[in-house]
Amino acid sequence: MILCAISIFAIVALIATELVTHSEISLHKFGWKFFVGSAWNPVTNKFGALPFIYGTIVSSLVALALAVPLAVGVAVFLTEMCPRALRGMLSFVTELLAAIPSVVYGLWAIFVLVPLLRNYVDPVFIKLLGWTGLFTRPDFGIGMFAAGVILAIMILPIISSLTREVMSAVPHTQREAVLALGATRWEMIRMGVLRNARIGIVGSIILGLGRALGETMAVAMVIGSSPTISKSLLAPAATMASVIANEFAEAADDTYRSALIEIGLALFLVTIVVNILARLLVWAVTRGAPARTA
Amino acid sequence: MGVGIEVNKLNAWYGANHTLQDITLHIPANEATALIGPSGCGKSTFVRCLNRMHETNPIAKVTGDVKVGGMDIYSDISAVEVRRRIGMVFQRPNPFPTMSIYDNVASGLRLNGYRNRRVLDEVVERSLTHAALWDEVKHDLKKKSGASLSGGQQQRLCIARALAVDPEVLLMDEPASALDPVSTAKIEDLIFQLKVQYTIVIVTHNMQQAARVAERTGFFLNGKLIEFDSTHKIFTNPSDKRTEDYITGRFG
Repeated sequence: MILCAISIFAIVALIATELVTHSEISLHKFGWKFFVGSAWNPVTNKFGALPFIYGTIVSSLVALALAVPLAVGVAVFLTEMCPRALRGMLSFVTELLAAIPSVVYGLWAIFVLVPLLRNYVDPVFIKLLGWTGLFTRPDFGIGMFAAGVILAIMILPIISSLTREVMSAVPHTQREAVLALGATRWEMIRMGVLRNARIGIVGSIILGLGRALGETMAVAMVIGSSPTISKSLLAPAATMASVIANEFAEAADDTYRSALIEIGLALFLVTIVVNILARLLVWAVTRGAPARTA
Repeated sequence: MGVGIEVNKLNAWYGANHTLQDITLHIPANEATALIGPSGCGKSTFVRCLNRMHETNPIAKVTGDVKVGGMDIYSDISAVEVRRRIGMVFQRPNPFPTMSIYDNVASGLRLNGYRNRRVLDEVVERSLTHAALWDEVKHDLKKKSGASLSGGQQQRLCIARALAVDPEVLLMDEPASALDPVSTAKIEDLIFQLKVQYTIVIVTHNMQQAARVAERTGFFLNGKLIEFDSTHKIFTNPSDKRTEDYITGRFG
């Protein structure tokens, strides 16, 4: 038994060492400049990871901006206002979203979501928010925004189910305390429930972020795979995960392969840190003691 | 000032369980009225009907009428409005853990839309003073969270929170049952001072407590109000045999 437990640590350690040894060429050749350089040219063997770091961060932020309000709304509805009969079914369906394979999301996005965005949604954004520079033509449908939307759908069940959990961990006496002061139902939810659960909700958001950062297949299928940094969210881009998936098979050169592995190493470290942080926050709330500060 | 409460033919249910049966009584203004009886007799349900907290449970039901200061709380005004006029203190202290002491007391006022700093400061100080907590917390009003206080202090904080919105009636559901004897004595002293300004209804399973703080006492048994009279009469010369059995410790 103890061997099984140790093997988990061993696997993690092995992954880390493998990533480090195989990215050695790139680490030596580019050093820290690897993470600030924006040139990605396999022909001249020049590699900088900035466009992918940018793509990962921006696509994840777009996903969070869309998913968080929706997920918290779903959680509030399910815990506080949903009729009992509907509750089981609705939470089952929400959690079912998490079970759909990533590549299926990608296919659906290509055939349904992207045309939908290109024909109906994007023109509205271009019209209303074009002045910000975030939504400008040319618009192919595929690109950063499409990736953010598909990511939002994928992380929605994680955020909403964990938020639901921390919300139902708020003691009933807190709800009564707010109601007895003459609060309406909304005020009760805001003051008695969301306020007490907020640290756990932040934890669930960060957990969703962890998933969004590392999500590969669906993103690779709709983001457009272009190692460029553009202000417009409608332009094609690439993330750390998508560039590895899309280019690894054709990386014949040692430096090229090593550069891709270094991106993998960076992604590995970031997602581990984000996940640890999220787990700690969720655990701090659901173990029973309400968070005292912050 | 406090107002009187007229209860007429009050019935309450939890699901199929008929927890209150035909309760009729008159609670006078500016007095403390104690409700005693064995566990599960309906005394807690009764006070929860007085501020319409009973109906927050989805399987609960209530009929009959309750008039507070002449106004029928089940038909003349909304439940939210009722609870703004009738404060409640629960068995377990339930301060808001994510709020400072100050914000705990100010929470009811903020719900009512008060934002003026001067008004809030003044009400917070007055309420904490009324709840006999001001001297103990005045230096860390905004530094400490409501949950960092001791159990007895937390309960007085909850009393201050209820008083801050200046209710006409204060309902207390076994407010001292989770506290040590010193804290209990403080809460009882407080009830003496508060009844000058408020009408107090206190549920207690501690008969000495009822005898000490209340002018009137009601005895509940199995969902019925068996006897309601001056506390002195109930404890020295009860009219009903069941009341006598209970206060002399023959059951319950």
